[in-house]
Amino acid sequence: MSGNLFKNFSFFSATLSFFILVGIFAVLFSYAQDALHEFGFDFLYNETWEADEDDEGGIFGGYVPIVGTLLSTLIAMAIATPLAMGIAIFLTEIATEKLVKPVSVAIELLAAIPSIIYGMWGLFYFAPIVQATVGGNGVGLLTAGIVLAIMIIPFMAAITRDAMNTAPSVLKESAYAMGATKFEVIKDVVMPYAKGGIIGSIILALGRALGETMAVAFLIGSVMSIPSRVTDPTTSIPVLLANNFAEAQDLEMSSMYYLALILFVVSFVIISVAKFYFLGRKAA
Amino acid sequence: MNRLLLNKIILILSTLSAVIGIGFLFWILITLSYKGITSLHFSTFTNDLVGGGIRNLLVGQFTMALMASAIAVPLGMMAGIYLREYSNNGKLASVIRNLSDVMMSAPSIVIGVFVFALFVDPFGGYNSWAGIVALAIMMIPIIISTTDNMLALVPKELREAGIALGGSKHKIILQIVIKAAKVGITTGVLLSFARIIGETAPLLFTSANNQFFTMDLTEQFPSLTVSIYNLATYPDAESRELAWAAAFVLTMIVLCINLLGRYMTRNKK
Repeated sequence: MSGNLFKNFSFFSATLSFFILVGIFAVLFSYAQDALHEFGFDFLYNETWEADEDDEGGIFGGYVPIVGTLLSTLIAMAIATPLAMGIAIFLTEIATEKLVKPVSVAIELLAAIPSIIYGMWGLFYFAPIVQATVGGNGVGLLTAGIVLAIMIIPFMAAITRDAMNTAPSVLKESAYAMGATKFEVIKDVVMPYAKGGIIGSIILALGRALGETMAVAFLIGSVMSIPSRVTDPTTSIPVLLANNFAEAQDLEMSSMYYLALILFVVSFVIISVAKFYFLGRKAA
Repeated sequence: MNRLLLNKIILILSTLSAVIGIGFLFWILITLSYKGITSLHFSTFTNDLVGGGIRNLLVGQFTMALMASAIAVPLGMMAGIYLREYSNNGKLASVIRNLSDVMMSAPSIVIGVFVFALFVDPFGGYNSWAGIVALAIMMIPIIISTTDNMLALVPKELREAGIALGGSKHKIILQIVIKAAKVGITTGVLLSFARIIGETAPLLFTSANNQFFTMDLTEQFPSLTVSIYNLATYPDAESRELAWAAAFVLTMIVLCINLLGRYMTRNKK
């Protein structure tokens, strides 16, 4: 292969991410046109999702899946954030050197387990526990939120740990020499270095939780209704897409594309904010 | 002694978080292994889904993940090579890096919808190629970032030595730089392979599923993960058992590939 050809091919490959991202936006946007014209922004707060009998039209609103997505993500974040912080503190400041490695590997393996396994496990092992302790019928917002939390914890903990490791040990040692407790060192020495990375990791995990499909699909109940209690079943954008996208027709299909577009744009914005404002790319 | 007490409380809570995290890993692995191993029979591996086994599902899942790798690895590596070796780290390179990171976190179900619109809808039905493309789209950004990061670790002196020998740029890249970064890149490829072989959402309405053994990439294609999703929600005990067996096999495959990747990098250091 000649040098120029090689270089050009590498350039082409590099621009591919740009074209795929633009392509995703363009395709979702154009297929969502019918729904965009028909419902406009009212789509966002309309609760009805009903096809006409002839399957050709109907009224479709994204309010239920949007609320379901937000609520399940909120529950997951509320549970995962403190636990992930705790794990990161444990790994950077508490664990002895012998412990750091196996605990890190365990946490990373937890991150490697496919999401469908979390979903299935949650359905058969976790949902009954939720049902017995909190009530409801097992599947619902709360169960989905908790299992979602377990899924994003390792991811969040790993980035937070890396961020906390950037604090220079000379500074930490100086603080200890002054009589600071571990917590004070974490709060006053490590945090100023790690703050950006930690906020970034929280936002990235948020983006991941919003788009998670399979773990939630088993557990949220897939019911088109606004939950009135935390144990009630509802649905989310990814779950609605996973279960109903392929069978949908015409206007309903277009509404599904509309939902996918919303999800894509929201996660695009979230991830960009996390990357540009908080994480920065480790320049090498 | 308020501050000492507060310190103790925080440290105990942190340790507790780690215990909870590891507790969940073991809880999941133990229940999964118990259910999986008790549901596994020799015939599980020799029968196709239609006969109550997972043979065609395993072959199908691997075929699609391998085909996706065959597309994503060269493209991703070339993109990484461009970023590190040709771009001079300019503005364009940083834009591409950021876009690739964004793409890495795009919801997998949205990628499925996108591929459906391009490769399923116009061709009138589910086909394996659509699933392969969806998986490749998920894999490309991971390979880009691994290659990019691994090439950054290769010392400049190696490239300079190549130049001093009169090698042309692409020869230096292919024969010196890539070789030096081989282990790191291979690990990255293994880890991303482990990630896509466990994916379900991008396959649901691209390649869908098939009860029978097939190698025809223009047809609906058997998938282990999609089958788990279907089987687990069937009411009969037999389907559930098969779902557990499949879930166990899938998890073991993913974890083994992961550990293999980690072991390789450790050996190098």
